[in-house]
Formats: sequence, structure tokens, C-alpha cells
Amino acid sequence: MRYSALSLLRNAFSGHQKWPQAWRKPHPKPFYSVVIVGGGGHGLATAFHLARDYGIRDIAVVEKGWIGSGNAGRNTTIIRSNYLLPGNIPFYELSMKLWERQEADLDFNTMVSQRGVLNLYHSDAQRDGYARRGNAMRLHGVDAELLDEAQVRAMAPFLDFDNARFPIRGGLLQKRGGTARHDAVVWGYARAADRLGVDIIENCEVTGLVREGGNITGVETTRGAIFAGKTALAVAGNTSRVASMAGLRLPIESHALQAFVSEGVKPLIPGVITFGAGHFYVSQSDKGGLVFGGDIDGYNSYAQRGNLPVIRDVCEGGMALMPMIGRIRLLRHWGGIMDMTMDGSPIIDKTPLPGLFLNAGWCYGGFKATPASGLCFAHLLATGAPHAAARDYRLDRFARGAVIDEKGQGAQPNLH
Amino acid sequence: MLIPCPFCGPRDAAEFTYRGDAAPVRPADDAGEAAFADYVYLRDNPRGEITELWYHRAGCNGWLVVTRNTATHEIAAARLAAAPVPAPIRETAE
Repeated sequence: MRYSALSLLRNAFSGHQKWPQAWRKPHPKPFYSVVIVGGGGHGLATAFHLARDYGIRDIAVVEKGWIGSGNAGRNTTIIRSNYLLPGNIPFYELSMKLWERQEADLDFNTMVSQRGVLNLYHSDAQRDGYARRGNAMRLHGVDAELLDEAQVRAMAPFLDFDNARFPIRGGLLQKRGGTARHDAVVWGYARAADRLGVDIIENCEVTGLVREGGNITGVETTRGAIFAGKTALAVAGNTSRVASMAGLRLPIESHALQAFVSEGVKPLIPGVITFGAGHFYVSQSDKGGLVFGGDIDGYNSYAQRGNLPVIRDVCEGGMALMPMIGRIRLLRHWGGIMDMTMDGSPIIDKTPLPGLFLNAGWCYGGFKATPASGLCFAHLLATGAPHAAARDYRLDRFARGAVIDEKGQGAQPNLH
Repeated sequence: MLIPCPFCGPRDAAEFTYRGDAAPVRPADDAGEAAFADYVYLRDNPRGEITELWYHRAGCNGWLVVTRNTATHEIAAARLAAAPVPAPIRETAE
């Protein structure tokens, strides 16, 4: 059934008791053409694009918990394509374009809201850096506007413009950026993929990879072995663990990233605002809570929870930017595990083992990348060749010295 | 998280700077590109016990080798690194 005003009306008459389930709960079959490990946004988007755009319907997505229980439900829901480097901009802009038509593609309200992403600058040097970034974006056909202080004051008069240490001089604005509802993105992809015949198998943890000769021919799971023509990993956060089942070592460390929500307040923050002199970014959810975050904790972790020094650091950034939030109470905070790569950019590639494909290394950038990640990974799985927008996200780029290091930090994952 | 510095005693993790996994060892100068790519980029990234390098920036300035569990953040041991780490990066005349 398509969701529409008519179906809403019809179901209103039956008291909303007769809505069909959004996706099935199938038992795993013994063999699929493609088995995707990881039922987050990326895995489900991959299944959707494989089924819709590449005609492969014989697909299973296996997930150890429930879909969206990992990082897909732990991010701060920001979408944007304000990158600097040629390897990144086309990919994230493809993603942005897919966000813009996602609700029509999926027949699902994912609450995509292009409310703008504003990166503040605090010095002449930082303005020059943002001008360069904005120019790089515009050369790739991405929208970017460099704002002066008066223009930022008009947008967000509550910021601490005359802060003695970090005065706000202006900002780089991407109006097409914004937020989307992360749970709805997962549900939308799951429902759309399910309608195309994809089996979504929850509570099914992969415990091993099936090897025949040098090939990977399926997965061992808590619900039995599932054989596959192609096995595709989309398990960011735990990529090293799953890849180690095949004996692979990767240029990835797992790190905890915390995020925060305040109690609800009246509409305050117009879009997404990022502090340029520390790591703090904030938006406001439709429920009124301020959603904000900052740096990763900075040491290897699989704990899905963080420590106090980063909470303090993030809140200090918030106070420097908008002191009036000092009396808002924190409602909750949580942690997710990031695949931090050695250059801060993701990997969508074949592995050295035939039959095993890798989608990993999303660092902080995974949520916004969801649609393009799915499309490009599906392209790779279906055609065997990288998608044009993801051709630089190769696994061997580290050994080749072709890293994509947006921040210029070198091979130190906790600094990206 | 408290890190038990052998010199300073248990101290807040905020006093330390993290370097990463202590296991990779710099290959010999003539070991070849593959060995260096492995050393610079590839990591075991275990879930569980790991030995790692922490620098006590706001304390004794010592480099520590800490044995910690990445799933629980529990610290089993910490000792001063025997040699200055990481090895200094040398300029090559190329």
C-alpha cells in the first residue's frame, strides 16, 4: 500500500487499527545473491538501490539487533555537502540530491528539512579558509554563501558576537543543508526495500564468514549459515571485528562519539550552527530539544558510551557560542561507535577476498552519506566497478598515498 | 576515566593525550613500502584488551603504555614506556 492522503483517510475510519506492517519478518533462506551485513541506514539503502536500480531482488539484510539500533539511531541527523576535497564533494553532493527527493523515492516521510547549515568563522584566516571551501563547493555546483557578521546577526541574533576571545565575524552557509529524521530514514528504506522483495532479518548476528578456497561465500549467523553470491559489509563501528573474521586488517580504529539533547524549548535555533573556534554544533529538533555534539572521546572504544571530559568540552563550546543555553538542562546523552579511518574519509570497495565487499570508515559523516552510500555500494555490488561519485574511496588508497584527508591531520584517526 | 600513572598516581584521562595502539613497531628503514604502509595505516582495532600509548601532558610528561579494555574502559595496567615513543620522524634527502 502506498502512503497517501487517501490511505490516511481510509485508515482514519478504521481507527488506525488496520495499517499493514511496514516490513515483513522473514526467516532466512539458505542462499541469496547478495547478503548485506548490517541493518542500519547504509545497509538498507544499499538493499533498496540494488533492488530498485540494479534489478537484484534476491537480497537479505542481516542485523544483529533491530534495524537502526546502531549508529543510524545515534547521530545528530545533520545532512550537508560542504566538503572541500575533490574526492568528497561529488559524493556528498550526490547524497544531498538524493536527500532532496528521498521522501518521493521511498514513499515515506523522512522529515527532510533544508533549514541550512551555518559554519561560523572567528578570524580573518578562518574566513579565508571558508571562502576557499565555499569556492571549491561552488566549482562543483554545490550551493555556498559566505556571510559577513551583519548577515549572521540577522539570522541568529542570540549568538555571542562580541565574545572577547572568539568574536563571530561571519559564516559559511549551505542553505540546502539541514536535518532529517534518522529513525524515519531507516524505516523508510526498510519498507521500500521490503516492498521490492528484500528480506530484512533482524536479531541475526553474524558470527563468522564462510570461506571456500580464498572466496567468501556467505555468513555464519546465530540463525544458521546463509550462503551468498556476494557478501557486503555495512557495519560501521564494528567493521574491524567483522573483517577480522576474514583475517583482514583495516586502516580503521573504533571510537566513541557522544551526542546530547536538552529539554525542549520554544523555537530558537533556525538551522544547524557550528562553532568555528572549538568543536560544538547544534540544531533544534521539531520537539524543541537542542541537539548538539562535538569531538569524539579520542581513544579506541567499543563501549557505546563516553566519558566526562568531552561532555565538559562540548558544553564549554556551547557556552562560548550562546551563553543563554547555560540554564537549559541536559535531557539525555548517548554514544555511538565510529569507524575512524586513517584519513577521515570512507571506504566503498572490493576487498582482497573475492565475494567480500566493504562499506566502512564513515567517521563522523555516516548519516548524511546514507543515500549515496547505498547507491554507490549497490553500484559496486551489481557492476563490479566503483560508482563515479565514489571512485576515490578505495581501500588501497592508503598504501598508494592517495589519501583524502579533509582536515590534513595525517594517519591519526582520533584527530579526524 | 582515571589512568594510573606510575609516577603521578591515578589521574583524570583529560590530563593525557592519546597516541593509539602500542603494538605497531616501526620497520627497518629498508623493509619496503608494504611494511611501512602496514605500520602507518593498518590496525587490529580489537574489542577487548589493547595496549596503547598515552602521553601525560598535564602531569609528568611521561609516555605510558596502558593496558585497557575497549569494551569496558577498564584499565588493567599502566607502565612508563621504556623508550621515547613515537620514534622521531627523520627527514629523507629525496
